[in-house]
Amino acid sequence: MRVEVDQPRCVASGQCVLAAPEVFDQDDDGIVEMLADHPEPDQHDGVREAVAICPAAAIRLVRE
Amino acid sequence: MTETLPDTSTAAHEYPSPRAAGCPFDPPPALRALQAERPVSRVRIWDGSTAWLVTRHDQMRALLGDPRISADATRPGYPHSSPGTQASSRVRRTFLVMDDPEHARLRRMVTAPFAIRKVEALRPAVQRTTDDLIDALLAGPKPADLVEAFALPLPSLVICALLGVPYEDHDLFQRNTRVIVSRSATPEEVVTAQQALTEYLDDLLTVKRAHPADDLLSRLAAERVNTGELTRREAAQMGVLLLSAGHETTANMIALGTLALLENPDQLALLRDAEDPKVVAGAVEELLRYLTIVHSGRRRVALEDIEIGGEVIRAGDGIIVAGDIANRDPEAFPDPDRLDLTRDARRHVAFGFGVHQCLGQPLARVELQVVYSTLYHRIPTLQLAADVDGLPFKHDGLIYGVHELPVTW
Ligand code: HEM
Repeated sequence: MRVEVDQPRCVASGQCVLAAPEVFDQDDDGIVEMLADHPEPDQHDGVREAVAICPAAAIRLVRE
Repeated sequence: MTETLPDTSTAAHEYPSPRAAGCPFDPPPALRALQAERPVSRVRIWDGSTAWLVTRHDQMRALLGDPRISADATRPGYPHSSPGTQASSRVRRTFLVMDDPEHARLRRMVTAPFAIRKVEALRPAVQRTTDDLIDALLAGPKPADLVEAFALPLPSLVICALLGVPYEDHDLFQRNTRVIVSRSATPEEVVTAQQALTEYLDDLLTVKRAHPADDLLSRLAAERVNTGELTRREAAQMGVLLLSAGHETTANMIALGTLALLENPDQLALLRDAEDPKVVAGAVEELLRYLTIVHSGRRRVALEDIEIGGEVIRAGDGIIVAGDIANRDPEAFPDPDRLDLTRDARRHVAFGFGVHQCLGQPLARVELQVVYSTLYHRIPTLQLAADVDGLPFKHDGLIYGVHELPVTW
């Protein structure tokens, strides 16, 4: 699984950081930053939840 | 089905409609019927105009995430919540009622202090404030009003510290906010309250420009007003939005949440005895879902024709997206009317959805986690000192809750 984020779309709700803190972080303005764009299998559920609850559709999963 | 359910086949029901007597936590029965039978339907609002009402969880998320809708309250067709909010939209412009790219530009000026790491750093201070207020409550007379003694001061103190607003002025901003969120306030009352708050924030920003401190208003003054990115008026109105949204909502979650827990003692026990922060965090999400205190419906206008739920919303039509009933959608939350603190409620829409989703949600979460994990633990004998049915519920509020909550212990 590969994860992409779209920073211009991000609204800094912080939802992804709560759902998958090992994968997502925020910069000083609260905008999403990737910690791991190839998350470990045990992080996949958290990433899927992050995709589902991101209010701005700023996270994408890319199948490889 | 009973005969009290409205006939959903005819056009345009009244919105909003009343909750059922004796069910203060449940959305109006009319909304349930619509969700089951005609989830996207026409409703008539206070000014006699009609708007589309959207009631399903999946449709709410789809629509609020759709760039073909506008939150701009100055557009023709925008379905205002009340005469007061309509009047106020003429004098007040905040990013809450603007579209991108303007909305994004302004929102991003104030996202920094709400990042997860920053609000986590506030947790110890929130805990201290919570403990101090509980100490004072316990030292005072009983019964006591939990709203006045605890639910309102806590989020007010927290947002004051973050913004750099002197808490001594709480009476002024709480009183005027109460007017702004009341659906029954007259346009004159709402506009006057709005102006009082804007002037108050403008004065405060002037002080901050001369004597900057380590707070959000000082940063707005120094980095945005002094640079010409924001006018004084825009900055003041942004301050009003943050100050009002920052205390009134969370206060209602604290008081109404406590009432819901007192009415569900098994769930209260679960929270009181919880030691795992994850359990507490999950409980907060479920209470947000179950109570959905912003029960007034998100207001939007269609910019293009939008097909949804077998209907076509035409460009220019008003749209109301009802989060209270969406959060009770059985397709999204099995057994939706049960308060079950152990369920995974993270996909609730109590903070809205789309680009306007609540900016302050990380802060609200920390406050509610601290409060719910502390209050019942420290006062295990907490109980209601009044009859539930006689409590003054905020039926006429844009934000739902109780005006007062007499408790004893
Ligand atoms: C439990 C407490 C809270 C609830 C239930 C809540 C709910 C909401 C909802 C439903 C919206 C969406 C409005 C829309 O889509 O039209 C919203 C927006 C907003 N909230 Fe909150 N809120 C809470 C706490 C806070 C706090 C503590 C702040 C702190 C300043 C805050 C600031 C805002 C702001 C600035 C917006 C506008 C965001 C935008 O338009 O981009 N809220 N809130």
